[in-house]
Amino acid sequence: MSAKKTAQLNPQQILESIENQIDMIQVLNEEGKIVNEEAMPKMADEELQELMTRMVYTRVLDQRSISLNRQGRLGFYAPTAGQEASQIASHYALEKEDWILPGYRDVPQIVWHGLPLWKAFLFSRGHFVGNQAPEGVNVLSPQIIIGAQYVQNAGVALGLKKRGKKAVAVTYTGDGGSSQGDFYEGINFAGAFNAPAIFIVQNNQFAISTPREKQTAAKTIAQKGIAAGIPFVLVDGMDPLAVYTVVKEARERAINGGGPTLIETMCYRYGPHTMAGDDPTRYRTSDLDTEWEKKDPLVRFRKYLEEKGLWNEEKETEVIERAKEEIKDAIKKADETPKQKVTDLMANMYDEMPANLQEQYEIYTAKESK
Amino acid sequence: MAQMTMIQAITDALRTELKNDENVLVFGEDVGVNGGVFRATEGLQKEFGEERVFDTPLAESGIGGLAVGLALEGFRPVPEIQFFGFVFEVMDSVSGQLARMRYRSGGVYSAPVTIRSPFGGGVHTPELHADSLEGLMAQQPGLKVVIPSSPYDAKGLLISAIRDNDPVIFLEHMKLYRSFREDVPEEEYIIPLGKAAVKREGSDLSIITYGAMVHESLKAAEALEKEGHSVEVIDLRTIQPLDIETIIASVEKTGRAIVVQEAQKQAGIAANVVAEINERAILSLEAPVLRVAAPDTVFPFSQAETVWLPNYKDIIETAKKVLEF
Repeated sequence: MSAKKTAQLNPQQILESIENQIDMIQVLNEEGKIVNEEAMPKMADEELQELMTRMVYTRVLDQRSISLNRQGRLGFYAPTAGQEASQIASHYALEKEDWILPGYRDVPQIVWHGLPLWKAFLFSRGHFVGNQAPEGVNVLSPQIIIGAQYVQNAGVALGLKKRGKKAVAVTYTGDGGSSQGDFYEGINFAGAFNAPAIFIVQNNQFAISTPREKQTAAKTIAQKGIAAGIPFVLVDGMDPLAVYTVVKEARERAINGGGPTLIETMCYRYGPHTMAGDDPTRYRTSDLDTEWEKKDPLVRFRKYLEEKGLWNEEKETEVIERAKEEIKDAIKKADETPKQKVTDLMANMYDEMPANLQEQYEIYTAKESK
Repeated sequence: MAQMTMIQAITDALRTELKNDENVLVFGEDVGVNGGVFRATEGLQKEFGEERVFDTPLAESGIGGLAVGLALEGFRPVPEIQFFGFVFEVMDSVSGQLARMRYRSGGVYSAPVTIRSPFGGGVHTPELHADSLEGLMAQQPGLKVVIPSSPYDAKGLLISAIRDNDPVIFLEHMKLYRSFREDVPEEEYIIPLGKAAVKREGSDLSIITYGAMVHESLKAAEALEKEGHSVEVIDLRTIQPLDIETIIASVEKTGRAIVVQEAQKQAGIAANVVAEINERAILSLEAPVLRVAAPDTVFPFSQAETVWLPNYKDIIETAKKVLEF
């Protein structure tokens, strides 16, 4: 890098001038009006309807999951309401051959990518069959260690590049996850290898209880892409059309050799962090909740589609009923899955069972046959 | 047959597997043009190209994540952690991710990854280069842990490790890299994981050991022989899983055993070996099974290494306690 003789020693100003250039991309505003024609994605009417269908379905899935959890019929569950644009519209921009490395709140994306719902319920309950992705469904089970999926995503993406596949690896974390070292290592590795990766930070404003402003001095999480030398976007994460368009663009660029992208989606989770005792009233005001509910992704998308004559109450009811029905069937199927045995788990430790485990396997086989 | 040092045997094993399987990838810090800080990957990038043998940014967790991700795309990654003391930076990828991939996915995915890394005392490194951390690895279900003690073993074990369909931690003792040469076949051969080697047969005492301590133990055994004691020396070679059959057969024969490791007494694998002997062969024992190990401090500053590391004299002393019990 050549030295500039007239360069002024004003690092603060340089930072501010960069931060001031970062605008949040929005296509559809809270009233359901298109505010950015240029960024409007090219989507057929059926695609718009399908995206809405999936978002409504996912909202129902969240409501039912919460209630199943309260009835003790589900295990670990991290609510998703409020994040449908961020999760479902980002996923809708992907293709079947793409990989998804989810965090634990990102169950809807892997379900829409092909993981059967009954398996998602088994994951929640803590049954290994829930983690067995069907052949050709490129998903990992939800990562529990915050950020671990970020470094892995660089690896999958590098693998796709080495194989010459026209596909991307997509991973999700939250605002809290962006503070992890693995976040930076992941985006930096993907950048250094120019790998076809998409890194999505769903900034839902709180990492459990810790507010976004306590995570970092950076004005945006998106700008952290600068440090890794990769393109970055800040997008309205309550706006399905904006999220879809930025992910689609990132994907196109990635499969054409343009490398990785970091995307920050500004969003909100209406519910608690998980159903294991978190109480959001301890760290959030109801005013803040109300403020974000006004930005609701379903409300604005519904308005937009109704205006275009692509959506109505009848359609919505149909989706809700279908979702309820399928959820009921999936729970039934999950219930029917045989209980896991210690020997099942032992069999999945190694390709060939070593002697120590073999010995224990025989003991447990005898125990289980009693 | 060629005379090779352990580092040459390791390079030879890597070359063999890079040739045999196009899914094998070798990567890490400075492993490309530089050939690794110990030259373990010397010439490999030139021979196989940057797609197969490549440098990574300097971040161990990133290297671990890269290995996990590449394995998901069907590759067989052989990453290097430049010194094993740096493993703490990548512990999540090792214990939290690689070791659990097959289990977590119910057998759908696997992680055929071999992490190579130098370790071991006696070469006066700065802090956190030489620590014996194999016990940490051996306590993580899902991993296999291999520690060769000779050039011949290093080649055969590394080829097995790379071909293994589960993650293997392959630890290379720095002091053994160039301390001696031996005949190593130029053609490929394997030494199965989980199989110990009887380095020396004897009937009065079994010394169970691994890594650089194999050589101290052999030296001790020779000295004891001169005093009329017949000592068997077993090189575990793989410390997870343990070759319990070989250990027990030896102890049943000799009735006396000591376990020797370079790691601290509270670390390593010695306690586990003693427990296995107690569970399976206590009635064959004529004396308690004792351990020779380093003291329970962190690995010492380099000037204190020689007094801290166990040596053949410590082994003779402990062996005599057991022999004369």
